[in-house]
Amino acid sequence: MGNEHNSEYAIEMLHITKRFPGIIANDDITLQLRHGEIHALLGENGAGKSTLMSVLFGLYQAEEGTIKKDGKEVKILSPNDANALGIGMVHQHFKLVECFTVLDNIILGDEPVGPMGILKKEEARKKIMDLSNKYGLQVDPDAKIQDITVGMQQRTEILKMLYRDNEILIFDEPTAVLTPQEIHDLMKIMKNLAAEGMSILFISHKLAEIMEVADRCSVLRKGKYIGTVNTADVTMAELSSMMVGRNVNFHVEKKEQHLGDVILEVENMTVASKVHKNNAVKNVSLKVRGGEIVCIAGIDGNGQTEFVYGLTGLEPLVSGKITLMGKDITKMPIRKRSIMGMSHIPEDRHKHGLVLDYSLEDNIVLQRYFEPTFTKNGFLRRKNIRKQAEDMIKEYDIRSGQGPITTSRSMSGGNQQKAIIAREIEKDPGLLIAVQPTRGLDVGAIEFIHKQIVAQRDAGKAVLLVSLEMDEVLDVSDRILVMYEGEIVGQLDPKTTTPEEMGLYMAGAKREEVKP
Amino acid sequence: MQENKSFLKKPAVQTILASLICIVLGVLIGFIALLIINPSGAWNALGEILKNFWNYSKHTTQMKNLGNTLVKTAPLLMCGLSVLFAYKVGLFNIGAAGQYVAGAGACIYCAVGLGWGWFPCMLASILAGALVGSLSGLLKAYRNVNEVISCIMLNWICLYLVNTLLSKIKNPTSPYTYAINLKVVTTDGVTSTAAHPQALLPTLGINALFNNNKYVGIAIPLAILLAIASWVLLSKTKLGYELRATGLNKYAAKYAGMADRGNIILTMAIAGGLAGIGASMLYLTGFEDWSVTQASVPAMGFNGIAAAFLGGLNPIGTIFSSYFIQHITDGGAQLNKQVYPGEISSMISSLIIYFCGFVLFFKSTMNKWLDSRAEKSAKKGGK
Repeated sequence: MGNEHNSEYAIEMLHITKRFPGIIANDDITLQLRHGEIHALLGENGAGKSTLMSVLFGLYQAEEGTIKKDGKEVKILSPNDANALGIGMVHQHFKLVECFTVLDNIILGDEPVGPMGILKKEEARKKIMDLSNKYGLQVDPDAKIQDITVGMQQRTEILKMLYRDNEILIFDEPTAVLTPQEIHDLMKIMKNLAAEGMSILFISHKLAEIMEVADRCSVLRKGKYIGTVNTADVTMAELSSMMVGRNVNFHVEKKEQHLGDVILEVENMTVASKVHKNNAVKNVSLKVRGGEIVCIAGIDGNGQTEFVYGLTGLEPLVSGKITLMGKDITKMPIRKRSIMGMSHIPEDRHKHGLVLDYSLEDNIVLQRYFEPTFTKNGFLRRKNIRKQAEDMIKEYDIRSGQGPITTSRSMSGGNQQKAIIAREIEKDPGLLIAVQPTRGLDVGAIEFIHKQIVAQRDAGKAVLLVSLEMDEVLDVSDRILVMYEGEIVGQLDPKTTTPEEMGLYMAGAKREEVKP
Repeated sequence: MQENKSFLKKPAVQTILASLICIVLGVLIGFIALLIINPSGAWNALGEILKNFWNYSKHTTQMKNLGNTLVKTAPLLMCGLSVLFAYKVGLFNIGAAGQYVAGAGACIYCAVGLGWGWFPCMLASILAGALVGSLSGLLKAYRNVNEVISCIMLNWICLYLVNTLLSKIKNPTSPYTYAINLKVVTTDGVTSTAAHPQALLPTLGINALFNNNKYVGIAIPLAILLAIASWVLLSKTKLGYELRATGLNKYAAKYAGMADRGNIILTMAIAGGLAGIGASMLYLTGFEDWSVTQASVPAMGFNGIAAAFLGGLNPIGTIFSSYFIQHITDGGAQLNKQVYPGEISSMISSLIIYFCGFVLFFKSTMNKWLDSRAEKSAKKGGK
């Protein structure tokens, strides 16, 4: 294979340095992608992966360093240049037109046209079907994007690259939205593509997937190049310490379980959807006891968000009943639920969790500002608010530029999340609802947050965790409920179940009656 | 250097600087317009606008005219606060104009028609403004009606309702209502009974400072007090905390269990009340009378938008910005009308407001410049 090419490498990025005001996003990074290999790019959030890929795509220009294609130096000034060099990318969030068919999406921007601008769709269809068969990329070319599964949408994106004769394929966190079965299929597809001579860059922070599919792996940490290794020669633990810079305890330590009383009981909850006519949550019943972490697992968009909105009072119920510590709270306003002992770490920390333009201290008291400690005769007690913030900063290791008076917007995602978690846990709730509490955070922060959640459980609190992350679900929870299309379709024991079994429920392939 | 940098980086300093830049640019373009109209007198004309009462040589006349400017500054400040207050909660109160009209109608009718004293008249204007404001608030909170639309419609509704109401106390010989401050002499030489000294705002002796300008009185210190009170309310109280949270992120406010609908209505009621009391601060001095034939909403409420934005959306800043706007407006009246239209100062103030739209741009440019300078000096230091 190597003989056809002038160089061992399809793409080389040599000594790339990219600065932004006040930060060096890429500091002398070298990445060499061989022909026909799957090369993983590993790093935490903020390690500089996206910047590096943007440089490769011509979205940013590096201040220093060179890019070579087949050993020849190239200048990539815009995404069009990248395309012309055969570089294609599947973005984490697909760039597809929802109401177009698969075929239309694939040819969009590169349409084969005859005289008078008439589309030659049949020609395109033939090319697409050939590619589809060759690489095992099953799609229905005439289905609309909005009607097909996420997996098929992703295959559409891959076909888009192949249709444009790209030979350097970048996958940006491709497994985040997939079920275990779909991930398995994707891995197979990637191996097929590599076997056919495609060079693949696989951006991920999931070590297991990298170990399974990649030949080599380059690691970035805080904008610096750490090294490139053959995945066959390293263990997962070694990779992870390269990524984080220290050893990380993946296993979440939990004490023996002491089940308490039923804290939360949901009976036949139905919540309307804002995006379609059907109800988003259908007739869901469940119980959460003190001292247990119940996890609602499922693929994004199966009613978890609406379930939490109904539970916390952000949206009214269509029908059903919620009981918190023996009291009917179905119609209770949000403030009262909060005072009764419901804490809520929201899914979207920027939309719900924080007033971003408020200072850290103002956000720390967002759920408690009206308490006599913080308000007297209608006036805020600034001194007490500041003290509370200082205590939280110390206890939860919240890092910020100027302490309590830092604008929350200027803080990193991890520290914003820590502030929310500090606030919600410090309320000493009976029930802690945590929705995707570690989304977008780095390994260190995830570890910290998991510890805090488990500490609540060990202290006898009821915890309801909603998560899309398979690892999180299996590591942290005591009991798993799988939600599919707004219904609870299975109850699993994290000690005995496997990701594959969970995946069957998550994809709706398997279901059972669950008694709360 | 270090100190200098951190000083320029302070948001308050930046806001003031940005407002000053707006003023300079606005005045500059106004000057160009003057040049185009009549090059020879432009420099003097600009001087006249900016000098306003300093144009008079006699100290006593200066003070009297300063008094007149202040009399009109008070209602402008109130309208500015009205806009500002709503804006902090994320609402654009373009209805300050209509709320102001409602306040004017209420206080004039109570004073002239019902013969009430100044205090109940003032309360009536607050109530009328608050009522109109809360109508927009109600529509917004419960039916999600865009407040800009409902406010603009209410502006006109208020204007014609007030015209209709005040027609009842219209002076038959003029388009105006019976005056509050003047004994009107009718054509037959009979002294009218339409003067209503009981409704005049107390002067508290302040007028003595302004060459016994009879219009100067309690309104001016009251307006400043209300501006300070607004600042305290917004930044120091629980209500202010809630209102600002609702304005900055209504989703987070709802999540935190704040009464988002209630807060919207309350805000619009307060905003309306502020505009309403502004009207009483002008009309209860007798400085102006209401013309029941006027077919356009008085500009005071709209100028309030200008005052609020030029004041950096800060109640204290609005005190100064409303004075400035009133200052150049009155200065414009000093111009030789044969050569320059008096509207030139309206144009300058609208240019200033137009540039206020770039405040954010000025700020970010300033920050960029400061950053690059800091980076350069850091590099130098590093080497």
